[in-house]
Amino acid sequence: MSIELRNVSKAFGGVSAVNNVSFSIQDGELIALLGPSGGGKTTVLRMIAGLEMPSSGDVFIRGQRMNDISVQQRNIGFVFQNYALFKNMTVFKNIAFGLKIKKWKRQEIQERITELLELFGLQGLENRYPHQLSGGQRQRVAIARALAPKPSVLLLDEPFGAVDAKIRQELREWLVTLHHELNVTTVFVTHDQEEALEVSDRIVIISGGRLVQIGTPREVYDQPANEFVARFIGVMNVLETEVREGLARVGELEFPAPDQPNGQKMRIGFRPYAVQVSSDLTAFRYHAVLRRTFFLGVLLRLELELPSGLIVRTRMTKEEYSVQGLEDGKEVSFQIRQFRVLATETATLLPESDVEYQPPPVLGENI
Amino acid sequence: MATPPPDPPHSDSLTSKAESAPTLQRNRRDSANEKSRRGTEESPLVKWVLISVAMGFSIIFLFVPLVNVFAQALAKGFAYYWNSLGHPDSWAAIRLTLLVAVISVPLNVVFGLAAAWAIAKFEFRGKSLLITLIDLPFSVSPVVAGLMFVVLFGLQGFFGGWLRDHDIKIIFAVPGIVLATTFVTFPFVARELIPVMQSTGSEQEQAALTLGASGWQTFWHVTLPSVKWGLVYGIILCNARAMGEFGAVSVVSGHITGLTDTMPLRIEKLYNEYNAPAAFALASLLALLALLTLALKTFLEWKQKRQHDRAQNH
Repeated sequence: MSIELRNVSKAFGGVSAVNNVSFSIQDGELIALLGPSGGGKTTVLRMIAGLEMPSSGDVFIRGQRMNDISVQQRNIGFVFQNYALFKNMTVFKNIAFGLKIKKWKRQEIQERITELLELFGLQGLENRYPHQLSGGQRQRVAIARALAPKPSVLLLDEPFGAVDAKIRQELREWLVTLHHELNVTTVFVTHDQEEALEVSDRIVIISGGRLVQIGTPREVYDQPANEFVARFIGVMNVLETEVREGLARVGELEFPAPDQPNGQKMRIGFRPYAVQVSSDLTAFRYHAVLRRTFFLGVLLRLELELPSGLIVRTRMTKEEYSVQGLEDGKEVSFQIRQFRVLATETATLLPESDVEYQPPPVLGENI
Repeated sequence: MATPPPDPPHSDSLTSKAESAPTLQRNRRDSANEKSRRGTEESPLVKWVLISVAMGFSIIFLFVPLVNVFAQALAKGFAYYWNSLGHPDSWAAIRLTLLVAVISVPLNVVFGLAAAWAIAKFEFRGKSLLITLIDLPFSVSPVVAGLMFVVLFGLQGFFGGWLRDHDIKIIFAVPGIVLATTFVTFPFVARELIPVMQSTGSEQEQAALTLGASGWQTFWHVTLPSVKWGLVYGIILCNARAMGEFGAVSVVSGHITGLTDTMPLRIEKLYNEYNAPAAFALASLLALLALLTLALKTFLEWKQKRQHDRAQNH
């Protein structure tokens, strides 16, 4: 067990920022702390680092209780959102700083830095100052500086926030590679669900100062703990329905809801990829007009409008779109292959049976 | 069901749209630039009138008098100039001025660093009060400042009796002059440092802490270098004022020739004794110090700018 938080809370001047959070991280894991801005995830990271002390609860690193141990003695590497490189020092001196503080020998420092410069692709830049580097280079220097003294954990605060989209993608891939090579326990904070899904081994979702869910990217995507997670991780269509005769209905749409009393309100959610669209109007049960197509690259986002005015969002590859001969304003048929019953946003974890996907309803039978 | 019309090349049209968009944007930006350049420029007449007014004013009120100081100082020749500077009482004034600067400038450096640090890095009650207090010496007349110390430490003052009993002299002695000078030069270092420290933030210091540095190591290796130029600039201004202060020092000094006369006081005294050449000789020395300070300041600004430019070019 590399890092463990037990019932950790933090309040700033009476305002609660983190509320009774517990989770543990295994050795060598790459963990994303994901959540909306202001949700407390950075505070959690800073408490692991020792930059903030918990108001209550315990933080353990490698089994040792850290509450009374200062940030200097925790042996962590921390990468700040804006990198916080020492402006008046060269790349070499930046990376060497922690080693000099820890009184490494000159020869050892030289060797370690040569090794890191190579690992981080920073050869030839050692005499540059931070303002002479690109955003991506700065970030790599910041990570190299944090890793130089061989910390037991690496903590990164919004590591990809300050660079532009293209470099961000490269850095993500690079961070994964780096993590595989070094295998140091890594925790990073992000508000970007795509980033968390792509990069991490497990995701810790924090919102409103509380731990909402922890799991692998697949788990949180496929089995979101509640509606908040479902909507935060990826896109989800959410419909308010009412049960009549074993079917949850809204507009033209019907979802099987056996054993539910008439008049019961239900929130139904389904992912865009669960919607199957065809230009052949006999192919599927529901009919709609393709209201608008958004171009995202390889994928297109489609907005379908049903006669009742309901909007259903879906995705489709460029190729399929062409093959189907779709265009805005065209009439299409569609079906919803999978859906789930959602709880309200504030509700806690749903019982397991509710979280599982229902088997795809056989909608074709009714036609 | 109607057969779909021939497949329109969706993907192609979308791609071409995406490609042409930047070109359009660039053109628009270029034309906007030209327009704004023309729009913001004043007419040549206004420009030259403003420049002449500023230049003329500086020459008549600053440059000519300054040259005149040196001309007057040397009116009776170099020998007289050297002699008047070397007069024991003038020499004592020069030494006292340097002594006062050597004590009050470091005091204000320490205070300025502490105050700037507190204001830039912490949130606390009374922060705005502290900022106002730092500015107080700027808004209070130096004479009033001097009188404040007389009221406090003079024979009839609050601590006058106690000080006399313990045989400590502050007013009409060197300590009073140091106190008054320190008070008047109080804001210079802090005022220069606060914006620099505020813009630097505290992340670099936090980074040093996570790398194991102690508070002192962090201050010495990270904080101080990052505010270096602001600090040097503040010290230069503080020093210039410390050497040149007249009003506050005049009130507390007592004008004891050879003992409590600083350079500005000595100049006034010589001038009132109709010894204009000697007064101007000392004045020229003080002016020279000011000019040196300005030159140093300009040099530092230039150096800082060059560093900045070099950074931009990379």
